Amino acid sequence: MSEVKRGYVRPLDIRHGRIDLSHGSGGRAMAQLIEELFAAAFDNEYLRQGNDGALLPVPTGGRMVMAADAHVVSPLFFPGGDIGCLSVHGTINDVAVMGAKPLWLSASFILEEGFPLADLKRIVDSMAAAAREAGVPIVTGDTKVVEQGKGDGVFITTTGVGIVPEGVNLSGDLAQPGDRILISGTLGDHGMAIMAERESLGFSAPIQSDTAALHGLIEALLASGAQVRVLRDPTRGGLATTLNEIARQSKVGMMLQEKALPVNPEVAAACEFLGLDPLYVANEGKLVVIVAAEDEEKALAAMRAHPLGQRAVAVGSVHEDPHHFVQMTTAFGGKRIVDWLTGEQLPRIC
Amino acid sequence: MKYIDEFRDGELARGLSVAIRQAADPGRRYNFMEFCGGHTHAISRYGVSDLLPDNVRMIHGPGCPVCVLPIGRVDMAIRLALECGVILCTYGDTLRVPASDSLSLMKAKARGGDIRMVYSSADALKVAQANPDKQVVFFAIGFETTTPPTAVAIKQAQALGLKNFSVLCCHVLTPSAISTILESPEVRQWGTVPLDGFIGPAHVSTIIGSQPYEFFAEEYRKPVVIAGFEPLDVMQAILMLIRQVNEGRAVVENEFSRAVTREGNVKAKNLVAEVFELRRQFEWRGLNVVPYSGLRIRKEFADFDAEKRFPVAYVSVADNKACECGAILRGVKKPQDCKIFGTVCTPENPVGSCMVSSEGACAAHYTYGRYKDFQ
Repeated sequence: MSEVKRGYVRPLDIRHGRIDLSHGSGGRAMAQLIEELFAAAFDNEYLRQGNDGALLPVPTGGRMVMAADAHVVSPLFFPGGDIGCLSVHGTINDVAVMGAKPLWLSASFILEEGFPLADLKRIVDSMAAAAREAGVPIVTGDTKVVEQGKGDGVFITTTGVGIVPEGVNLSGDLAQPGDRILISGTLGDHGMAIMAERESLGFSAPIQSDTAALHGLIEALLASGAQVRVLRDPTRGGLATTLNEIARQSKVGMMLQEKALPVNPEVAAACEFLGLDPLYVANEGKLVVIVAAEDEEKALAAMRAHPLGQRAVAVGSVHEDPHHFVQMTTAFGGKRIVDWLTGEQLPRIC
Repeated sequence: MKYIDEFRDGELARGLSVAIRQAADPGRRYNFMEFCGGHTHAISRYGVSDLLPDNVRMIHGPGCPVCVLPIGRVDMAIRLALECGVILCTYGDTLRVPASDSLSLMKAKARGGDIRMVYSSADALKVAQANPDKQVVFFAIGFETTTPPTAVAIKQAQALGLKNFSVLCCHVLTPSAISTILESPEVRQWGTVPLDGFIGPAHVSTIIGSQPYEFFAEEYRKPVVIAGFEPLDVMQAILMLIRQVNEGRAVVENEFSRAVTREGNVKAKNLVAEVFELRRQFEWRGLNVVPYSGLRIRKEFADFDAEKRFPVAYVSVADNKACECGAILRGVKKPQDCKIFGTVCTPENPVGSCMVSSEGACAAHYTYGRYKDFQ
């Protein structure tokens, strides 16, 4: 029997190479892509096991939360972030707003034939950095390749698992009349950053996406001891849609004060120009908090002490309403409904 | 935001609200029609009606370009995309207008039609340049504001020698619509639509000027105040209308003097006259067939006329029987008078066109004001 010597394997040509169908075939090319790109960037003890699934320790106490998020944003790179860090932040936030400490992530990639490896590396490095910074490792994953024209570069699906400590009980149906509505910062930054980046619209003032992992902010808020009822991250559909969801789940009405809504001037200008309403534009690093009225100041102080909550403000309150309307006192002095988003304001923002 | 916030100032609004209350005679009612969807939207979005006394009522007029587009015209656009295989470029609002066979442009897109949303006629021209092997049609809708850019696109296509660009022209004229409302039996004979005056269009008037409304003021004795689309503009215009009514005057006044002159934009008007001519008649949703109310492309530019280039003839289609859009557009009924408002017909699932655009009377009431129906 002859022994085949392990010879020199030419490494992936990250700079000039492109994804081809063999990268999804299950053969050596795929193994090499996983090893040299994904495993190298995401490296951790669970991923190193190298099995089909990650073998994880069972946490003691508490309840588990699991959340999934698919990412199809176009363009893939935008001021303030890219699809990579967005896919990590988005899922961490979905887990964290349940009051959970996020523990692990999975990441699945659907790659389009012809996609440049250099771009893929940029995205994977950004994911790895976001996961490292958040302290939430990517412990398992999958890669598929579709033929050219059947994808849009790269789609990423992430799943997150976390654990809710005893005593923490957050849910969209817990808002009560009298509660206050807080928001951790300015509205609409992510959606308008994407919009501004689209080819046809070149705004000179670059609007940065607010994409960020919120679990640190949430931990600080919950540690303050404020009676928090509901947490949400107002992504697609913006603050308006998120509040309508909560109002419906909790069977309450809400009244916002337009004057209190924080919006960056460049976002306000871009919205005005395009006929959009910042209330409906997506955020990727903002937190909506429904808190007992007596704890409003405590919650605001805890949020403002965190870098992601410096501009936290109260924007309205919860009241009884059989119709579950979210209404707003306009800065002009009138009143109106803040309805669900109809159709879509912007395509493929996350 | 500079030049925006000043026109949305809450303090000034309260001052105007007091002035309107003082000016309005408590012994009578004031019924004003805001012609434009832009005004309807501003009134609803900023809650302007909350700042008006009970005896001042605003009637939402037909000036929403999407709302007055008849089903048959949307059907033509859908046929162009699905049967003629063109790339159809359209303004975003038009995508959701219900058409025949439970279709809309958005649903036709899901069925494989190459339908693209554009922000301007210039974008449609770019699509044509980028796809030389495909026919590209721009679905041109709107009042006098959007007509000049369409004319520019046609002239540019001619200058560039583009063989794959054409326009489905559905542009309509504001003064014809106002005449139709004033001539309607509800206003003239039966008085079921009491009309004490008009808030005149903002953007349309920047093009056509204030002069075309003088006829309505003189002939029909209805005051007209041209107003900008910001909420303070609307309130100021209401105050000016109340004063005219109180003093028995009926003239054209211009609140929007920062943008509108008596003559309007002469260059734009000349451009429109060069490229377009009057159609003998045009069907409007809600107003039926209105003589000399729409534009078509002149024969000198026939190469760019999609109606000549493709086999798509206009076929009139009746509205859904339960839909009251027609009466609502004429000011005869309010959205909440319609049986299917808010039940079968919602912004997610519009039956009539007034529920489609945010400028439509039904969508504006549903989105911003329906809490009032429960008070």
